[in-house]
Amino acid sequence: MSTFRIGTGAGFSSDRLEPAVDLVERGKLDAIVFECLGERTVAFGHRDRMADPQRGYNSLLERRMRALLPACRAAGTTMITNMGAANPRAAAERTLSIARELGLQGLKVACIEGDDVSALVPKNQPFMDEPGTLADIDMPVVGMNAYLGADAITPALAAGADVIIGGRLADPSMFLAPLAHRFGWDATDKARMGAGTLVGHLLECGMQVTGGYFADPGVKDVANLAQCGYPIAEVQADGSAVITKLADTGGCVTPATVKEQLLYEVHDPARYLTPDVTADFSRVQIAAAGDNRVKVSNAGGTTRPATLKVTVGFDGGFQGEAGVSYAGPAAQERGQLAADIVRERMSRVHGNRADLRVDLIGVSSLFATAGVRAAEAQDVRLHVALRSRAKEDAELMLWEVESLLCCGPAGGGGYRGVIVPCVMTKSVLIERERVKPTLQVMVA
Amino acid sequence: MNAPRRNERRIVRDIAHARAGDKGNTSNVNVWAYEPKDFELLKRTLTPERIKQAFPHLIRGQVTRYELPHLCGLNFVLQDALEGGVNASLNLDSHGKSWSYLFLGLALEGEDGP
Repeated sequence: MSTFRIGTGAGFSSDRLEPAVDLVERGKLDAIVFECLGERTVAFGHRDRMADPQRGYNSLLERRMRALLPACRAAGTTMITNMGAANPRAAAERTLSIARELGLQGLKVACIEGDDVSALVPKNQPFMDEPGTLADIDMPVVGMNAYLGADAITPALAAGADVIIGGRLADPSMFLAPLAHRFGWDATDKARMGAGTLVGHLLECGMQVTGGYFADPGVKDVANLAQCGYPIAEVQADGSAVITKLADTGGCVTPATVKEQLLYEVHDPARYLTPDVTADFSRVQIAAAGDNRVKVSNAGGTTRPATLKVTVGFDGGFQGEAGVSYAGPAAQERGQLAADIVRERMSRVHGNRADLRVDLIGVSSLFATAGVRAAEAQDVRLHVALRSRAKEDAELMLWEVESLLCCGPAGGGGYRGVIVPCVMTKSVLIERERVKPTLQVMVA
Repeated sequence: MNAPRRNERRIVRDIAHARAGDKGNTSNVNVWAYEPKDFELLKRTLTPERIKQAFPHLIRGQVTRYELPHLCGLNFVLQDALEGGVNASLNLDSHGKSWSYLFLGLALEGEDGP
């Protein structure tokens, strides 16, 4: 049986658009996947849907569909995405109306629902990976979504859908489903489920396997990163695959880029849990197979978990961030003095009880807790962050930092302050039999 | 690869590359020796005990190391290492994406002493 060509058009919610169009136009793909959900992305989607029942899906959906629906139809490429986020129905209906506007008569748009399990999970459900239960969280729940596997997607492929839109479709499952459908892999064939999951895992973060998130000048140089191409997998019926990208795009596919992605967000390499299989990446073979071509093989698998992971999103209030910069001689000392002033005033004048953090960017911010500090920095930014259920707490912190302009150390400048809504997420489990995915196919 | 810098101790970045990811309050960092000949030195350098000792305030939980010798790779799972995780941490890098460079900045074994 022939090679199946599958690519990635987005590896996260805000990923680039024009390289996806290029890939569809020149890639001769059977299928392209847009993976646009993280745990917190779904929770933010629920907040959006609460504010407007017609929203709650990926904010770039309209732009992506306008650019890609005609290209996918011309190339005969099936599009699979979880851009539906917290509202797959609205996303599918919006896609259908765009298809009609573009004159794509007969385009089949499939909507997969059933991942919203908020009616099925008890209020005192224990957490998946830490002590406690949902009842311990003193914040309003905004949504609960179970990770759906390939078996929720294959019926849409069997129905001949051109575009498949869901909510919490598990990342690798969106790649595994079309492979299983094309090659007739059975869901109980653990080796094939593991192999298809490996392809999905390597591709689900888009350019993270083609040179994105890899460059380290001098030791890991990447050519033309500004024009990086999305990945393609050329998959065989046995599940082995070559990872590659379009010629004339930037980036690189090498054993090293593939290795870094192989264990990205993986714990035990022999036991990577998905809705479809317990995948075994511990014996995977990775070999160069030509210019920007890497062959991967020998993934395995054992029995799939009896439960599905559920992400529970909560309304987490607000986070404020504010900063002032100091430069030149003793910038570090002046920044430290500013930090001390903010801490003292938030505590003694305002009696603040919300979580507060003060860092010096350029001296120690990302690695502050690890105890790593830069020496003799002459370009330092005070950065203050506060999270609270009450927006007033964040507003007060911004005011205090801004007041440093006249009342703080010498030479401070460049105040900025911003307040953004927060979500919080926890994970629980649900027996898979209780989750019933649904399918509706609409025709433009 | 860069030649070792004169008068400076060699660090993990001189022989290996790495990527970090997060799940909840757990971080994982995968580290790969460029050359098979350096894998043993990498393993001697990056022991779970050394990593936990190097960053005691950051990595509060257990450190587990998985080995993929045929690819010259190590995978570290760091429990309770993300200051509460992306939901709770006020660190600018609340996902701990930069943790890979904490590992790459450690001195190679034998480079610490006199």
